[in-house]
Amino acid sequence: MSEKARQFGEQFTVSLESETDFVGWRAAARALALAGTPSSAVTFLTPSATSQSLFAEASSPLPRPDDDVTFSISKVFVQKAETASHHSDPDRYNFLYHLLVRVLDEPNLMKIASDSDIRRLEAMVKSVRRDAHKMHAFVRFRKIGDADATEDDGRYVAWFEPDHFIVEREAGFFMRRFAQMNWSILTPKGSIHWDRETLSVGPPAKRSDAPADDATEELWRTYFSNIFNPARLKVKAMQAEMPKKYWKNMPEAALIPDLIAGAENRAKAMVAAMPTIPPPTHAAIRERHWSAEMDDTGETPPPPADDLESLRKQSETCRLCPLHEPATQTVFGEGPANARLVFVGEQPGDKEDIAGKPFIGPAGQLFDATLEDAGIDRSTVYVTNAVKHFKFQPRGKFRLHQKPNGDEIQTCRWWLGQELKLIDPDLTVALGATAAQSLLGRSVAVTKERGQLLESREGQRVFITVHPSFLLRIPDEKRKAEERDRFRDDMIAVRELMAA
Amino acid sequence: MTKMSVRDKLAILSDAAKYDASCASSGSAKRDSRKGGIGSTEGMGICHAYAPDGRCISLLKILLTNFCIYDCSYCINRSSSNTRRARFTIEEVVDLTLQFYKRNYIEGLFLSSGVIRSPDDTMGEMVEVARRLRIDHGFKGYIHLKTIPECDPVLLEQAGLYADRLSINVELPTDSGVQRLAPEKKPQTIRRAMGTVRGAIEERGERTIKTKRKPRFAPAGQSTQMIVGADPTPDAIILKSSAQLYSSYHLRRVYYSAFSPIPDASAALPLMKPPLMREHRLYQADWLMRFYGFANDEILEGSSDGMLDLAIDPKLAWALRNRHFFPIDVNRADREMLLRIPGLGTKAVAKILQVRRYRTLRLEDVGAIVQSIQKIRPFITAAGWSPGGLTETENLRVRLAPQPEQLSLF
Repeated sequence: MSEKARQFGEQFTVSLESETDFVGWRAAARALALAGTPSSAVTFLTPSATSQSLFAEASSPLPRPDDDVTFSISKVFVQKAETASHHSDPDRYNFLYHLLVRVLDEPNLMKIASDSDIRRLEAMVKSVRRDAHKMHAFVRFRKIGDADATEDDGRYVAWFEPDHFIVEREAGFFMRRFAQMNWSILTPKGSIHWDRETLSVGPPAKRSDAPADDATEELWRTYFSNIFNPARLKVKAMQAEMPKKYWKNMPEAALIPDLIAGAENRAKAMVAAMPTIPPPTHAAIRERHWSAEMDDTGETPPPPADDLESLRKQSETCRLCPLHEPATQTVFGEGPANARLVFVGEQPGDKEDIAGKPFIGPAGQLFDATLEDAGIDRSTVYVTNAVKHFKFQPRGKFRLHQKPNGDEIQTCRWWLGQELKLIDPDLTVALGATAAQSLLGRSVAVTKERGQLLESREGQRVFITVHPSFLLRIPDEKRKAEERDRFRDDMIAVRELMAA
Repeated sequence: MTKMSVRDKLAILSDAAKYDASCASSGSAKRDSRKGGIGSTEGMGICHAYAPDGRCISLLKILLTNFCIYDCSYCINRSSSNTRRARFTIEEVVDLTLQFYKRNYIEGLFLSSGVIRSPDDTMGEMVEVARRLRIDHGFKGYIHLKTIPECDPVLLEQAGLYADRLSINVELPTDSGVQRLAPEKKPQTIRRAMGTVRGAIEERGERTIKTKRKPRFAPAGQSTQMIVGADPTPDAIILKSSAQLYSSYHLRRVYYSAFSPIPDASAALPLMKPPLMREHRLYQADWLMRFYGFANDEILEGSSDGMLDLAIDPKLAWALRNRHFFPIDVNRADREMLLRIPGLGTKAVAKILQVRRYRTLRLEDVGAIVQSIQKIRPFITAAGWSPGGLTETENLRVRLAPQPEQLSLF
């Protein structure tokens, strides 16, 4: 970098064109930094500072950098500096130059959140953003024009007092939101006007330039006072987010002192009030809407149903074991009532629990594909589970499958027993240990008894094989392929048993 | 009966709506009105005012009607209450929303309703309000519909096309609580409706890598609310119930609403001061589950009564019960461990992780990043700092608990 500026101990003064002349600052700062000018030798002045000083200082000629010297700087710095340039701190442009010089020296400085200059920058950025956010929130438009005119014909005018120089910066928000309205936002730091096509920027305005009232404000105040719950008074929490400085321009804020003053007595009166006698309509409503309500608590098995559809209906309110409470719904079996072949799985999973249908998740899809490979028509078989509610452990946004215990399997056996009794299939296939345990009434080692034809508690034929989810969990690809083949072979054996 | 003015209806139907805690207007798809219509949503929610109860007013939160065939004992609108009743027409709700929106009072509409005639009739009218706003008026602001769980799933489907958010209240943390206090409501029906909404969001929201299309069905997701303190359910069960709801229905939020006195209360449910601090602690615990990697059963592990400590925040309470876990070295520990340190938020943890790539952190450096170092000191080591026996001191809880406000006799 050039040493010229430093050698002569020259002082530079840069007068910016406006309070938000970040472009001007950036051009001057680039030239000064390239010339190696220390921040102590530079003063940036904004119009408000210039008009206050006794001597209206002209800009000093800036050092002319050598053509071949350039530098680049982190994008984050440029973005944050731009935001901070809207701050009302008169020293902001000097501070930003000081920071620029430091960042050139310490390329990682922007990432050191504990540095005091970085903290100052962050605080400025935060303050500007908060001011902008409060402007989006607390601007209150008042409509002018003929009271009878349609809503769209009028002009909507607001008076707002921001802390920082943000009016132009935030114009885009209001243009996107109220693109088809004519509006103006007047502030002591400048004003913006939109006519549905172009934005124009005007000089600072006075409060008296804005309309004094709008008939809709009466409705808004009605809403504000009624949405407030006097039993939950939290004045500090309100003021932390809506500081008093904003109140004078918000039509609803005048109600606040009375709402606070009356809150305690209103809350006490509610607690002290004696219960009243229900209105006559209450009895009529109960008669019309609730007299036919059944008192099926679902806590004991219902009388056995005569057909599968009635059984399914009964199962919807099942509360025989605690699994019903976390689960979404009973996932009952599915398939033709006259099926000759029944498959029994373990329990519904996440997908089945949401859809209310068995065998539609990843394991169900694998099952379907295998049946097709083995030449079994899926539409002719009945599929169901040993346990009809999903048992899981919550983990953030996911649910981890949990194995049902012996009691749960035993309790839910009532439903499976009814299903099998009504269908009376030629063969039932137990997919996995839980299904086998449920059907045979004893614990079963699937690996040992796989492929065998056994007899259920009711004397029906049962074929034992693995659950398809077992195949999904094998990490080794080669073994996985082998096990899939074995499972398919089991399904072929099932088909042959049916044909025999 | 003389005709009630819109203002009278507004007074009644906003009063009746205030017990719903949610007022969020964030997290929806980006929209604006440059090509017609009115309004915008830009992702971040905006609170346009605050009531003296400290709650944000972001949406016009009203009931379509407070006539109701249900008799939930905690509710001001139950059929046995003598509260004044009113009913908006569809057009009145649409007009009010637009009038308020054009004056920048609100981000949009949160419409709920008592159930009249049948769940389908009522839900149908609510959907029609949303449809008129979206289609007839090109409204691009935020719409939250409180869904009636007993309604036809077809109406749920339509609701999700017009609304940013759908919510269905579970009402109370346990099924037995619902049976006792809201006997006509069926917890399975409520869960099944939430399942339907999750299913629809997933189905419509599936994005292809190429288009990255934003979900069109309820783009701001679904939420629920439970009342706290109307029944004796302890916090540990409440948190378990929340964890199950978050994992089952992929909810954006579970809202906890401290049971609040209502006018003309039911004799079956005595009133008391709303447990506001408990509600606050539940929200903090909820945050620990969602952003700090705490499992629901970990938060109150080792507590005797399953209740959150009202005097100190749940993370500090957890740390005091699990002191063997500390001190944690801020220069070495991974993110998951740093998040366990009382007084360190997710933003501060992110800053620590970034700064320590370039510098070794001293206690002062940590102090420069966080709000207050007092609470953190006993639980960390940093360059030149070790808490020594401080982590184990008997009276650590007393030293770290906020001092109760001094009262004087008057």
